[in-house]
Amino acid sequence: MPPLWAQRSYTTLQLREHILLAYIAERLVKAAFILIAILVLNFMLIHAAPGDPAAVMAGEAGAADEKFLQDLRIRFGLDQPFTVQLWTYMKGAIQLDLGYSYRQQMPVAELIWERLPATLLLTMTAFVISVILGVVAGVLAAQKQGTWWDTVISTFALLFYATPLFWFALMASLLFSVVLGWLPGFGYETIGGNYTGLRRALDIGTHLILPAMTLGLFFTAVYMRMTRATMLEISRLDFVKTARAKGLRNSVIQRRHVLRNALLPVITLAGLQAGQIVGGAVLTETVFAWPGIGRLMFEAINQRDYNVILGVFFVSAAMVLLFNLITDLLYGVVDPRIRITK
Amino acid sequence: MKALILLITATVIAISSTVFADEPVQGGTLNSVIQPEPPGLMLGLVQNGPTQMVAGQIYESLLRYDHDLNPMPSLAKEWSKSKDGLTYTFTLQNDVLWHDGVPFTSADVVFSVDEFLRETHPRLRASLVYVDKITAPDDKTVVFQLKQPFGPFLGMFETGTMPIIPKHIYDGTDYTSNPMNNTPIGTGPFKFSKWERGSYIHLVRNEDYYVDGKPHLDEIYYQVIPDAASRAIAFETGKVDLLPGGSVENFDIPRLIAMDNVCSTNAGWEFFGPHSWMWLNMHEGPMTDKNLRKAVMHAMDREFARDALWNGNGDLAKGPISSVTRFHEADTPDITFNPDKARKYLAASDYDGRTLRLLPLPYGETWQRWAEATRQNLSDIGINVEIMATDVAGWNQKVANWDFDMAFTYLYQYGDPALGVARTFISSNIAKGSPWNNVSGYINEEVDALFAEAAIQADDTKRQELYTRAQNVIVDDVPVAWMLELKFPTIYRCNLKNPVSTAIGVNDGLRDAWLAKK
Repeated sequence: MPPLWAQRSYTTLQLREHILLAYIAERLVKAAFILIAILVLNFMLIHAAPGDPAAVMAGEAGAADEKFLQDLRIRFGLDQPFTVQLWTYMKGAIQLDLGYSYRQQMPVAELIWERLPATLLLTMTAFVISVILGVVAGVLAAQKQGTWWDTVISTFALLFYATPLFWFALMASLLFSVVLGWLPGFGYETIGGNYTGLRRALDIGTHLILPAMTLGLFFTAVYMRMTRATMLEISRLDFVKTARAKGLRNSVIQRRHVLRNALLPVITLAGLQAGQIVGGAVLTETVFAWPGIGRLMFEAINQRDYNVILGVFFVSAAMVLLFNLITDLLYGVVDPRIRITK
Repeated sequence: MKALILLITATVIAISSTVFADEPVQGGTLNSVIQPEPPGLMLGLVQNGPTQMVAGQIYESLLRYDHDLNPMPSLAKEWSKSKDGLTYTFTLQNDVLWHDGVPFTSADVVFSVDEFLRETHPRLRASLVYVDKITAPDDKTVVFQLKQPFGPFLGMFETGTMPIIPKHIYDGTDYTSNPMNNTPIGTGPFKFSKWERGSYIHLVRNEDYYVDGKPHLDEIYYQVIPDAASRAIAFETGKVDLLPGGSVENFDIPRLIAMDNVCSTNAGWEFFGPHSWMWLNMHEGPMTDKNLRKAVMHAMDREFARDALWNGNGDLAKGPISSVTRFHEADTPDITFNPDKARKYLAASDYDGRTLRLLPLPYGETWQRWAEATRQNLSDIGINVEIMATDVAGWNQKVANWDFDMAFTYLYQYGDPALGVARTFISSNIAKGSPWNNVSGYINEEVDALFAEAAIQADDTKRQELYTRAQNVIVDDVPVAWMLELKFPTIYRCNLKNPVSTAIGVNDGLRDAWLAKK
């Protein structure tokens, strides 16, 4: 028989685990319903937009007769009543069958899967760059409040945030690719290079720098502003004064007490950004010819490729819900006061 | 003596370098751009511009066309027409192999035209109504028997209009879901190698091509770069060597052409003859008034649009038939820019000052600016205009359902009025649901009769008479407001030789292109 304290501890842990699992299960069930609602809403919105994929495809061919359009509509199931189309799509989506791309003539899941690595590489890199740079710059600006450090950091942050992303991307491409010739201005890798192994990784890495920095710097500014503001706010709270009164070193106070508390809104923002990771970055991917999901979605919207649009929305929505859940769970890790208890 | 030898040697070197400078060089990689990314490369199923640009190197038709639209051999080496104009006999090339090694025969031609394309190709289907039967008396001969003479018959054999499809792959299958659609097999100078979606399409030289020494290039990469400014940068940084017409915005063209070692040409669009105009909605509303249509026509400063918006890349259209299309008539009624004349027509019209809806073509910045310039021109003479913003799908729907007063467009003419012009003006081609028919709703029985008669004439002189008459009537009626005969310069590095050798330019001409040593 273990001692009482050990028994209590075991039971508490078990209970906490149980509560956590129940909480996750509940959130997942809710997420499933939300996903279905999002799918239905998206389906209705897309079908309400003017034009249909058959007309766009016929338009690209520069000619069409009634038979041609009708054949396309039958092939895509667009000749069916709206409710039948919705039911057919939902039945497939629930079984994770995202349908077939009208224009690209291949399964949507395959298309998304093909584009996923490029998107993940770009958005994850930008995510890491923005979180690290943003938090570090924010901490620095808060600690050096009112100095020229603060001014410089805040000015740059504002500049990156206020500049339209596509313009910033074009200027970066012009400067580093055309004028200086240091970096490739577009694409995922050197076409025709046929590199393998480390050489290929380096080649992709070189192509990644401009798009990842462009995308990353935009979010860096957001993280920086948020970290700085929250840190300054928390520094004025009583518990920080108490810590100082206790004689703790400033670095310890900043790291253990101020930064840790200041991270909560940063985590919220990171959760939101991470949720969009799979959705890609439409503008960055377009300007830098990055073969990711954002571009796929943009082109699909232009061409009214319904299944592709819905497929990308579905995956994006699922990721947002998943990262929201992860964010909620992370709160507890950062701040024990808001751990899930019931 | 030494001096003489040196002089002779120098002369020989100079002469030989001049002679051999234009000798094609074998090998090399050509980097081009493609935009938008094609939906597929099976030219029998998809005939849009990007598909044809790539697949035109993979598939072939029986004929090609020179810049004056004269037919040249392709898969057919000879052809003849019977005296009554009802029978055309084609003799096919020897030793042609499909890319998978199967021999090409006349059975492939009969299958392609009579079965496959009749089912899948709306534009060709409209012309095939004149064809009674297609037969293959032997492996190397194909005979087209017509129901009645069809003037433009020999103009139907361009690659995008009549691509020849491998019978052994498609016969008896569901064409649209055939797995070979993803790895197209043709007879052309280049073979499909790889398609990295979102990045590039790779073609390689067809070693078994039936024309000795061709193609010269080893491989072609078509890079998918969605943003026009990025395509310009790709060319500037040397990542691509060829920008097909329309790849970059017009305002970037002068800068790119001014670069060292950069050449350009407006040739290679003669078959298409891109012709731009504004549909004027004659189904209902103010544009049913001929005086108002004439006022609009005379109010537009098309020279300004050409020079300022298109950087000079275009000619003023004089009527329905482009000057590069057969049977063009230059002497048509006056439709030049003349604000005073426009005001007189406006005063004579029933226009009540209401705001007219103008639909720009959603194909980039130039078209948007053109709509704004047009609004300014019309406003100057007292016509109120509102520009409707929309995307490609929305434009298609609005035009197809006649939901506009004026709408920009441009269409190809395919070398002959019967193939690419009549469809816009004949009353039997008025139908809601399509933006490529007689969208204006123009009805003129005389024009219907002239087009119908001209199509079935075998004699070109007689056809010219009929089309001249039709052009004069149509221009006087102003069922559309003609804008420009568009030009889309092909821009390329000067060491790329002969990229444009036919009337459809880089869409089928890269078999003749070669890269000189830099």
